[in-house]
This record gives sequence, structure tokens and C-alpha cells, in this order.
Amino acid sequence: MNGTPISSMAMVLGAAVVGSFGAVFLKLGAVRLTNIWSLLNWRLALGVGLYLGSSVFYGLGIRHGQLSVLFPMVSIGYVWTLLWARIFFHERFTQPKIMGLALVLIGCCLVGLGS
Amino acid sequence: MSTTASSPYASDASAVERRRSVIMVSSCTLISAAAQILMKIGMTHFTPNAMAIVTNVPLIAGYALYGVFCLMMILALRQGELSLIYPIISLAYVWVTVLSYFLFHDTIRPLKMAGILSIMVGVAMLGRGGRE
Repeated sequence: MNGTPISSMAMVLGAAVVGSFGAVFLKLGAVRLTNIWSLLNWRLALGVGLYLGSSVFYGLGIRHGQLSVLFPMVSIGYVWTLLWARIFFHERFTQPKIMGLALVLIGCCLVGLGS
Repeated sequence: MSTTASSPYASDASAVERRRSVIMVSSCTLISAAAQILMKIGMTHFTPNAMAIVTNVPLIAGYALYGVFCLMMILALRQGELSLIYPIISLAYVWVTVLSYFLFHDTIRPLKMAGILSIMVGVAMLGRGGRE
């Protein structure tokens, strides 16, 4: 069994962070939508850009190494997003949210291990 | 940057609006899964040549569907809480696995099956439990 290069792990972990900020900017832009033209605002553009950037990092990251190691690392992005939602948008941590997210994370790990 | 008296992020969206965003994102993940599968098909006969890329129908359709997915996500985020909506995107893994099973006859190992079930239960919990 070959190891997974540190550079791949760093790339995938980086993709998770970049993607979580993409989600923050999408949310920032989305709450300001008023009409079809307001879709063209810098927050949404930055959000989409960060998303695409994150998928490039992810694509580069998974070229080498094992998906079973790398895949669960992507799902850490959900934890970052939950944290940013709390910090920037003052969304509450409720018990069902935390339980639901925990099950999603466990599921992502199992999907990675079973791939 | 505009500052208004009431925060636009206050989580006072009604249960109906919340449910609407949850349903929208859940159906959106089907589109995202279809996009991923089309991109995968398109990438298998990818050649770095402008003409080949322009005529690569699955690849272009995949990116177009991804655009639709982004747009629907943005609309869902208008009302829904980010911490609620974002983890629901993981449903796409479920659809990709199921679609790959039928389209490419990929085998689903028991661990993967367990993971998929766990994601589904987690998303169901998020969908039901966003209320205070």
C-alpha cells in the first residue's frame, strides 16, 4: 500500500478552506440579490471564482495518493463552513445541525474508505 | 458597503422558506451529480485541442449543468442558513454513487453503502432540525 504524499494532502486541505470561503461569499452575494442584474456583483463572482479555484486544487490533489485518505479531508470543508456561518452570519449551532453534520462527516469518511 | 438597521443574515426565515431552500438544495444535488458524471464522461476522451474541447458535448453539458447548480445554490442561500444548506450538498455523493452503479456498473462496497446511508440520515436530520 503506497502512502499519500503530503503535498496531495496539503492541496486537498487547501481546497477545503478555499471552497468554504467560496460558500461565504456566495451567501454574502445571495442575500443582496434584488433582481436579475444584481447577480453580477463582486461577491458572487468571487464566490464562484473561489469555488472553481477549490476544484482545481482538489483535482491536482487527488492525482496522487489514495482517495480513502484524501476524500474525508475534503469534507473538513463542511466544518469550516459551519464555523464561518457562526462567525460571519451569527447562525446558531443547534443540536440537529451538529448531529446531522457529524453523520455527514462519518458518511464521507466511510465513502472514502469504501472507494 | 451598505449598512442597514436590521441584519440581512438574521435567521428569522419562516419554516416554509427554510423548507423551500432545503428542498431546492436537495434537488440541486441531483443536477450537480449529473454534471459530475457528464464531466467524467467528457474527460475520458479529453484532448488538449480547442476544436476537440468545443465539440466535447458531455464536457460542455456538464459545465452548463454545473452553472445551473451554482445559480440554484445562490437562490437557495438567499433565504436559507449557510450552516444548514451547505452540508446538504453532500447528497451529491449519494447520487453519484447510485448513478455510477447503474451507468458504469461500478460495485458499491459495504463500507461505501454504510457511508451513503449515514449521509442520507444526516441530511434528513439537517432538513428536519433547522428549526429552533
